[in-house]
Amino acid sequence: MWRTTTTAPRVVCCLLAVSGLLTGCLGRTREADPTRNADAKEVTLTIVANAVSGGKNARGADWITNWVIPRFTEAQRAKGVAMTVRFEQNGAGDEDFKTKVALDLKTGGGADVVELDGIWLGEFAQAGQVRPLDEVVGAAEVDAWDGWRQIPDAVQGLGEFEGRRYGVPMGTDGRVLFYNKKLFAQAGLPVQWQPRSWDDLLDAAAKLKALPGVWPLQLNAGTAMGEATTMQGVLPALAGTGALVHQDGKWQGDTAHVRDVLGLYRRIHRDGLADPVLQQEANGRERSFALFAENRIGILLESDYFWRSVLDPVGGVARMADRDTAVGWALIPARRPGAGVGGQDFVSTSGGGVRVINPDTRYPRQAWEFLRFLNSAEAVKSSLAGTAQITQRQDVNDEVLAGDPVLGFIADRVLPITRYRPPLADYPKVSAALQQATADVVAGREPEQAARSYREALVKAVGEDSVAGG
Amino acid sequence: MRAADRDAAGLGPVRAFGFLAPALVLIGVFLVFPALWTLYIGITDYQLTGPAAVQPQVVGAENFRTALADPLFGNSVRLTALYALCSAVIGQNVLGFALAWLLRPVRPGLRRAVEGLVLLAWVLPGPVVAYLWFAVLSRDGGTLGLLLDRPATAWLVEYPMASLVVFNIWRGTAFSLLLYTSALAAVPPSQVETARLLGANGWQTVRDAVFPHIRGHVLTNTLLISLWTANDFTPFLLTAGGPNHESEVLPVLIYRQALESGQLGYASAISLLLLVGNLLVALVYLRLLRRRA
Repeated sequence: MWRTTTTAPRVVCCLLAVSGLLTGCLGRTREADPTRNADAKEVTLTIVANAVSGGKNARGADWITNWVIPRFTEAQRAKGVAMTVRFEQNGAGDEDFKTKVALDLKTGGGADVVELDGIWLGEFAQAGQVRPLDEVVGAAEVDAWDGWRQIPDAVQGLGEFEGRRYGVPMGTDGRVLFYNKKLFAQAGLPVQWQPRSWDDLLDAAAKLKALPGVWPLQLNAGTAMGEATTMQGVLPALAGTGALVHQDGKWQGDTAHVRDVLGLYRRIHRDGLADPVLQQEANGRERSFALFAENRIGILLESDYFWRSVLDPVGGVARMADRDTAVGWALIPARRPGAGVGGQDFVSTSGGGVRVINPDTRYPRQAWEFLRFLNSAEAVKSSLAGTAQITQRQDVNDEVLAGDPVLGFIADRVLPITRYRPPLADYPKVSAALQQATADVVAGREPEQAARSYREALVKAVGEDSVAGG
Repeated sequence: MRAADRDAAGLGPVRAFGFLAPALVLIGVFLVFPALWTLYIGITDYQLTGPAAVQPQVVGAENFRTALADPLFGNSVRLTALYALCSAVIGQNVLGFALAWLLRPVRPGLRRAVEGLVLLAWVLPGPVVAYLWFAVLSRDGGTLGLLLDRPATAWLVEYPMASLVVFNIWRGTAFSLLLYTSALAAVPPSQVETARLLGANGWQTVRDAVFPHIRGHVLTNTLLISLWTANDFTPFLLTAGGPNHESEVLPVLIYRQALESGQLGYASAISLLLLVGNLLVALVYLRLLRRRA
């Protein structure tokens, strides 16, 4: 009996020792060999994107399935390589997709070519979950690609972190105010509209309020919308007060700029110009798209994505049959003329996706070849399928943008005045704190109070030294 | 006393341990190890992405201190307690017992039909159930809104906790119903009959004649359903913790901290606190049960 009673503690000791040894597995370093399997005759590559046939980013998904994969495998067959390309489709919220990709890469799995939002690059790079292209496929290989010359510097920045290339960008976008001309006409507002200040914007919204069943304005707020709140709400507003979220090495804390932005949200929600429930419910963003398409939202701040992928009468997720005649667009005004960042009258924010190669891929050379194929002029042009989008390639843009009024407007008028998010690993935490601050204001807290809580959260997330303002 | 005298099976310590080993290994691999692992991650600043994903540092009790001072954690503890108390301890318990009690005298066919319906809510998979409730509580012509003539009410946004409590009562009552049905079968009919002859009303009968027999069942049932409810993740499917943290019960908080904010270390620390909380609750119930014996 006495021997068995001592066994149990011994087992516990053993387990403790084993788990002690295993703890070395938290975090890990990798070694890459760019030439592994370079001569393989049978290759399987996987590409993952937040795009799904018949759903989110359907055009991109269809393009990969129907154009990219057949042509690429055919070209490989001509070279004597039996190539299989798998496409892993997703139709999830951006944050969920990010979590999935992070978990994939963390555990050494995941697709060979991964489509990311450019803003996630910093934290993935710091975690070693993506690595510079030089290390994954070899510097000589990377530099030899002639496609780089076609990608404007600002767009290339989307695929870089700390001065090193991690992937190939997938084009960029710009944000404007979209408005419903039919509702404007009903409310007695001019259908050719361009607000010059926040007051102009709110005055127009106040007039729209007279229309029954219509929410005048949608400026994304709250945590449920995630990054869409920061990108389509806080950052353009912040730029309109003359500040960038990261400036002179510090993040905006409880500054006058942040309080002004929260004050704008307060005015919108105090005057009942926007639907507060929409900012708080799950799927609020998708709902705002549907409401706009149903003529129930007057003005909505969005990227050109809204025009080409959401309202698109053919393939959009919230189709608007009369989009081309009913929807107008205007630049986002600064708080007052000249008060915007850089002394500008109008402001915007831009972002974009980037395709990276999984450092754990079994076929780095072939993945790079696939990436080059995805970014060839021919492929980029076919990805547009007759519509326009600001692509990563200048040669393609010159050809296609003239045909689409919104995209031409974005390229000519918005890109020169736009700002990109800081490519820093801390950015997502700051973004989350900003979302929480807007959620507080929508829930009825005073801007000053919300700004103070925001600063506390920020200090906790990035440290006191990196925060500007009292 | 010599060891051999107590070895009734005559196996000897080595062979006895051999029989136990498979069970011990399973418990070790799936229970002890994950718990220790959680404890270990909980004392690091391990993250999903960023520098701390490659080289996590041991930060000691920092995560636990942060959690205890974090208003979001306090909020979640309060909501979890509210959720478990209203939906499990009171809701499922009372409704489950009431159904079991009221169904006793009815025809077996009807009783089985009701039990089957209640059980259906229990056996359907979580995502399916969440989708159905979404449809009921939606503000785009949801069933509840139409019934109450308030079609534009976003129930999950305006009354998030109340919605979750009602949902969980609906979902989990089946277990209490089944448990109480079998417990009531063990109450001697003669005593209930005597109580009736002595002029006791329904409530007096339950309190004085029935309850003393099923006290153990009540405690066991309450223990199980309150622990299940405290660990329940289905609220995430309905409200995702929103609006503005108003329905962020602990499992949802842990998920959001771990996978949405990427704070794996911090989330592990909160998991451990939840585990400790569960143990404390279990201890209280076990103490009560023992006092009965």
